[in-house]
Amino acid sequence: MLKAFSPASHGLHINSTGLLAGLVILFWVVVAIAGPAFAPYAPGDIVDFDFYGPMSAKLWLGSDYLGRDIFSRILLGARYTVGISFAAVTIACFTGVILGMTAAALGGWFDRILSRLMDALLSIPSKLFGLVMVAAIGSSIPVLIGLLAVIYAPGSYRFARALAVNCNTMDYIAVARARGERTPYIILDEIFPNIIGPVLADFGLRFVFIVLLLSGLSFLGLGVQPPNADWGSLVKENIGGLPFAAPAVIAPCLAIASLTISVNLLIDNLPIKIRDRG
Amino acid sequence: MSGQIPLLVVSRLGVTFLTLLIVSFVVFGATLLLPGDVVEILLGQAATPEAVAGLREAMHLDSPALVRYGQWLFGLLQGDLGVSYANNMPVADMVAGRLANTLRLAAATTIIAVPIALLLGITTAMYRGSLYDRVITTIVVSIVSVPEFLIATLAVLVFAVWLRWLPALSFTTDLSSFGQLLKAFAMPVITLSFVIAAQMIRMTRAAMIDALNMSYVEMAILKGASKTRVVLRHALPNSIGPIANAIALSLSYLLGGVIIVETIFNYPGVAKLMVDSVATRDLPLIQSCAMIFCVGFLTLTTVADIIAIVSNPRLRT
Repeated sequence: MLKAFSPASHGLHINSTGLLAGLVILFWVVVAIAGPAFAPYAPGDIVDFDFYGPMSAKLWLGSDYLGRDIFSRILLGARYTVGISFAAVTIACFTGVILGMTAAALGGWFDRILSRLMDALLSIPSKLFGLVMVAAIGSSIPVLIGLLAVIYAPGSYRFARALAVNCNTMDYIAVARARGERTPYIILDEIFPNIIGPVLADFGLRFVFIVLLLSGLSFLGLGVQPPNADWGSLVKENIGGLPFAAPAVIAPCLAIASLTISVNLLIDNLPIKIRDRG
Repeated sequence: MSGQIPLLVVSRLGVTFLTLLIVSFVVFGATLLLPGDVVEILLGQAATPEAVAGLREAMHLDSPALVRYGQWLFGLLQGDLGVSYANNMPVADMVAGRLANTLRLAAATTIIAVPIALLLGITTAMYRGSLYDRVITTIVVSIVSVPEFLIATLAVLVFAVWLRWLPALSFTTDLSSFGQLLKAFAMPVITLSFVIAAQMIRMTRAAMIDALNMSYVEMAILKGASKTRVVLRHALPNSIGPIANAIALSLSYLLGGVIIVETIFNYPGVAKLMVDSVATRDLPLIQSCAMIFCVGFLTLTTVADIIAIVSNPRLRT
């Protein structure tokens, strides 16, 4: 994905939709890192006597069910939504890809047992898995990150393994084996560089899935717990404002949609060379 | 039916059973992750050492985990879903009525979503690249890439707040007349239909495009068959398998949707029961609901795979 931000240096072209989507993603990343510093109010402060207040010059996106500034809360929420999802997707893809490549390179029983296990985990619907686990171990931010990583690692494993199996039949792998290279070398130096493109695209897609699941869990009240709030929690908190079409409930919805749709659009519009290499 | 098909179907069913076994293991394993003691949580303030020991024995918590897993699985197979921690009722009684409600919701959604999705999926594939195709595809991608609760929120905004056709977030218990029934069902079904139809349109379109790229389709076009004839007589019969597969797979997305939709619209189904029981940490109830959902999900994905196997003419030799 990083390559998409510097297309010229690689002689790759990206169309305007992809570029726009990339800018939206960049915007939310910057907000997640630096946003709370620019928040006009502290996210926990009650600044409006009215609840579900309309958009105004003072409160850009209105006030929430307690009269807190929604704009400030969205800025802080970006940190939870983007941060937790990014941490989870990084762990999920790292383990998934390493295990997938190892399974492909080793083959045999290791591959068969691991694949069967991963397929079984994959066939538990993600939201259900989340519900059961949150019921058992409760919900805190480290738990959420671990949980989301566990739920999405099998998908990443399957994807990386499929790519690596194709790669494994290539002549240059046979040559490396004939040279007497060890398995770690074959995995990291021969297979990995050749599947990195699609793996990065998969990383992006998986990030979207994780944002969706995290927001869904938070919306059910099982994700990020008050007083902290990610975008899903913001929608849940303010769902009472829905009958009046309060900006407090619409704004966080738009934030989620803008992020997830942008990531999807960016991946769909990535240069074919990055997306399908391997 | 001859050749490899029966063997493939049987081995696919075997995989499903193996998967179900692993899934049940994971679901049961969640109980073991519970920090602290179930009994102490249950008794709360009344947790005297004697009471704890007594209840532990009554609940067979002193036996090894593997034995309890065996007992639980055996009970499950006989329809004994255990007893709820929260209100001491048999879980089977609590789930029965709710399950019917959820299935009703799923059936209504299927009846609405499938024909619409097939029509849109096939026509967008026929007119690939046209403005019509691009508009539908963009809408579909947008729906697929946002959370279900966002679709629900949007549906409430449009149909309840702006158009004022339907009640917003309350599920009316008064279902005496047909009109009220329709009103109560409308929002959940509309929301779910959007979610399911979007998945289905995507997969149907892809399956149809695959079929239209075949050389026999090109042949049919070259011999002068009309576009409708090419699609209906040549491409469609050959892509029935992939399309049926797409339908079954998309229906498995009902699950994720149902959890959100039942919660947001306060619909008295199994998913709502399950989400509520997460708050009270009522593990027997959660485990049973989770197994019900997993069985449903695995059935749909297995059916999808078996359709794909049976409809592949290359396996019939």
